[in-house]
Order: sequence, then structure tokens, then C-alpha cells
Amino acid sequence: MQNILELKNIGYSYHSLQGETKALKNISFGVGEGEFVAVVGPSGCGKSTLLSIISGLLPPERGTIAVNNPDGSLHYPRVGYMLQRDHLFEWRTVYKNVILGLEINHMMTPERLAHVDQLLFDYGLDKFRDKRPSELSGGMKQRAALIRTLALDPQLLLLDEPFSALDYQTRLMVSSDICQLIRAAGKTMIIITHDLSEAISLADRVIILSARPAVVKMEVPIHLTLSDDSPLAARNAPEFQSYFNQLWEELGCERKEM
Amino acid sequence: MKEKKCELTKQEEFVKSHKRHHHLITSWRFLILVLFLVLWEASADLGWIDSFFFSSPSRVVLLFIELCADRSIFLHIGITLWETLLSFLLVFLISLISATLLWYSTKLSEILEPYLVILNSLPKSALAPLFIVWLGTGTKTIIVAGISVALFGSIISFYTGFKQSDSEKVTLIYTLGGKKRDAFFKVILPSSVPVLLSTTKVNIGLALVGVIIGEFLAARQGLGYLIIYGSQVFQLDLVIMAVVILCLIAFGLYRGIQQIEYHIRKG
Repeated sequence: MQNILELKNIGYSYHSLQGETKALKNISFGVGEGEFVAVVGPSGCGKSTLLSIISGLLPPERGTIAVNNPDGSLHYPRVGYMLQRDHLFEWRTVYKNVILGLEINHMMTPERLAHVDQLLFDYGLDKFRDKRPSELSGGMKQRAALIRTLALDPQLLLLDEPFSALDYQTRLMVSSDICQLIRAAGKTMIIITHDLSEAISLADRVIILSARPAVVKMEVPIHLTLSDDSPLAARNAPEFQSYFNQLWEELGCERKEM
Repeated sequence: MKEKKCELTKQEEFVKSHKRHHHLITSWRFLILVLFLVLWEASADLGWIDSFFFSSPSRVVLLFIELCADRSIFLHIGITLWETLLSFLLVFLISLISATLLWYSTKLSEILEPYLVILNSLPKSALAPLFIVWLGTGTKTIIVAGISVALFGSIISFYTGFKQSDSEKVTLIYTLGGKKRDAFFKVILPSSVPVLLSTTKVNIGLALVGVIIGEFLAARQGLGYLIIYGSQVFQLDLVIMAVVILCLIAFGLYRGIQQIEYHIRKG
């Protein structure tokens, strides 16, 4: 499997007049093409900072990020970022919301718009294109937010606790739904979550970060025996419980050290 | 079936009581006005108050009809309205541009903050004599007076509104590859529409206040001029008539803005 992204010795600190707060100490890992990676860690350990750095919003203070080309130069994958809430704009229709990225980047070409139309159709949002976001259900809003991200055709998707604003039942359905759609679209994904079950059911590999300043504590590849390929079914896989216990223990001793 | 019928009557009852409530409110509003006018007229006729100083509804109406006949009143009303609307539009434009610049540059807003606060709390009528000396007596002074009353509060409100926009929505624009410009036009401006509208409602009233102050000091036409002129020649019918017309103008302008607001929110 070829890596789409390689992080080497990433470090980052926040600065204030009171002093320096080390958020990330020395983070290194790679992500293969088409792989789903979940990042878990104690709260406040700098998970969101890490995602901001990968997305390019925040330049790292130390270390390199990106993949080496054969000629030695670095190339960076096209990245799409899904935030904690859907942030659909109420003053725009659903359609105007999903083409927001194309509008900003001046990429309203017929092919791209046709792609958006296809996604709206595939995801069952075609009938709602002229509605306001408030008229959509929680799940449909997340689908619309996903189309908005996919419209720019990113290779790598970053999800920052994307379903945390939903109630538990909706969250189970929507997270399973969205991740299946991302897999079907053939994208690579890094998801941050504090929900261990979500991490195990969605990801191919779970990366555990330590408390601040964060380092990669452990990487756990997930192999589940599945009857079908949905993340909901994954929760019933026989190995699920032992993975859960393993992650819980790793995070648990983190808690004691804090 | 029986239950359904029962529900329907409950609904009908609700609609009925709702209508009754509105009817009551409207009747009382009207009644207060009528009572006030009747009491005023009667007190003047029965000599409880001196109608030379306090005028009376009939004298005001007669004067108005008289001034309508020679059309001079329309000129005064027109001038005041025009000056108010112009000041109001200029306030809107200047404060929108200023607030935008302040939002773009955090440095600029930090530097200018104390000046804005001082200018906002300064009583603007204190500046009116200066405007007359600098700009002469005439429309220019009156418009500047109208602007000065509303402007600084309006800039502060607009800027505060811009800053209160959801910062995560701004982050979303950046994650989609947008620049600060995109953040402004796609998030800040559209999400601030309610603040812009509510500030605008306050501004139209303040612009009218400023214009009347200006007309008191530096005009030969307009309702403010009529008020000052009337009080100087002890023609208090004229003063009170001008005040009544001002009430109606203030109400009309507010209603106009409300209509625009309704259409913007619906659209």
C-alpha cells in the first residue's frame, strides 16, 4: 500500500504571555491510500491541533508533513476537512451550500457541477436542493456537508469528531452511513473521535495519542470478522470487545498519569 | 368522529380568542388617541387651558388646511424627509465601509477603539455650532448633523455584529481554500443581516433627531425651522402642528424599514 501522507516528527506549541504550552511533541505516522485511520487520545491532548496541521490551516513548528516524490521533493494530497458541526449556511439553499467550495475556488466547471448533481442524486438529496438546511434531518445535513467536501474532489478526508453534535441514535446511523459513502467514493480518511466504539467500528487502524505533549503511544490495526461491511455490523464482531478493552486500558493508564 | 369535532371547536375557540385579543388591542390604541384629542379640545374650549399656549386639535387642523392651500407645508415636509433619508443612507454606507475595514484589520480596530468610544458618547448637538461655522447655514450642515448623531453608534454596532459571527463558519471557509475576502462575503456579511437591520431601525430615528437639531440652528426651511420660527413669533399652533407631523414621519419611516426588513427576511 502506497502512503498518501507521511508525518515526520511533528511538533507544535501554543504561545501566550504566560508561557509556552507544548501540544504535540513528536508525532510520526503514515497513512496509506484508501486507509481509514482513527485518532483517539485523552481530551485536550492536541487531536484537533494535529488535524489542523494536516489540513494545512496551521503550519507545524517542527517536522515535515507530506509524501516524498521520487525526485526528493514533497507533494501534498488534496485535503477535505469536515468540522464538528455541519455548518450549512441557513441563508443559502442546500444546492448553494454544497457548491460553496467550488464557488470560492472559482471551479464552477460543467464537469464539477455535474459531479455535484450526481452526488446529490446518489445521496437522495436531489429533491431537497432548493430547500433550506433547517428543513433537512440530521443525517441529511451530514450528507450535504459531505457533498460540499467531496465537490472539491479531495484525496484525503479529515473528520474532526464530525458527529458529536448529534444525539446517540442518530449518531450511530449517520457515522455508519457517512463512512460507507466515503469508502464507496474511494477516499482516504483520518477521523478524530473520543468514542472508542466508533473508532473500532469505522477504522482500519487506531492511533492512540498520549496526554499533552502528545506522542503516538500505540497503533492498533483493526481486523474484524464481518458478516457484512457496515460499521454498524462491526459492533457485533467477535473481536470488538477485546479491541475495546485494549484501547480502554491504554487510555486508562494515560488517565492515571494525568 | 366526536373527538375530531371537539378538536375543531377548540381550534376555532383559539382563533376566536386570538382575534378578540387583537381587536381589543386595536380598539384601546384608537380609544386612547380619541380620548386624548377630545380632552385636549374640550379643555381648550372650556378655558381650562389657554389655547394660545397649548393650541387645540381644531386649531392645528385648520392651520394645516390653510398651509396645504398655499402648498408651503409640503415644501417643509419634503425638505426634512429628503435630508433625513439622505443622512440615513450616508450613515448606512459610511458605517458599513468603516466596520468592514475595522474587521479586516485587527490592528486598526485596536488603535481606533478609544476614539470610537469617545465620539459615540459625545453629545453631537455640542458640535452643531461648529458645523455652522465650518460649513455655513444650509443643507450641508443639516446633513452632517444628521449623520453625526447616528454614525459612531452605527459603526460600533456593525463591527460588533461582524465580530460575533460564528468563527467556526469562518474556519469552514478556510478549509475550503477561501481567503479573508471569501470569509467576509460568504459568512460575515450574510450572517450579520439581522444586526444590520436592527441597527438600521435605530439609525432612521437618530438621523431624524440630527436633522431637526440641524434645522433648529441652520435652516430657512423644514419642520425644525417651522418649530423654531413658530416659537419665536409665539405662533404655537405652528409648533404643535410641526411636532405632530414629525410624529407621523417618524412612525412612517419606522414602518418603511420594517417593510424592507420583512421582505429581506422572507427573501
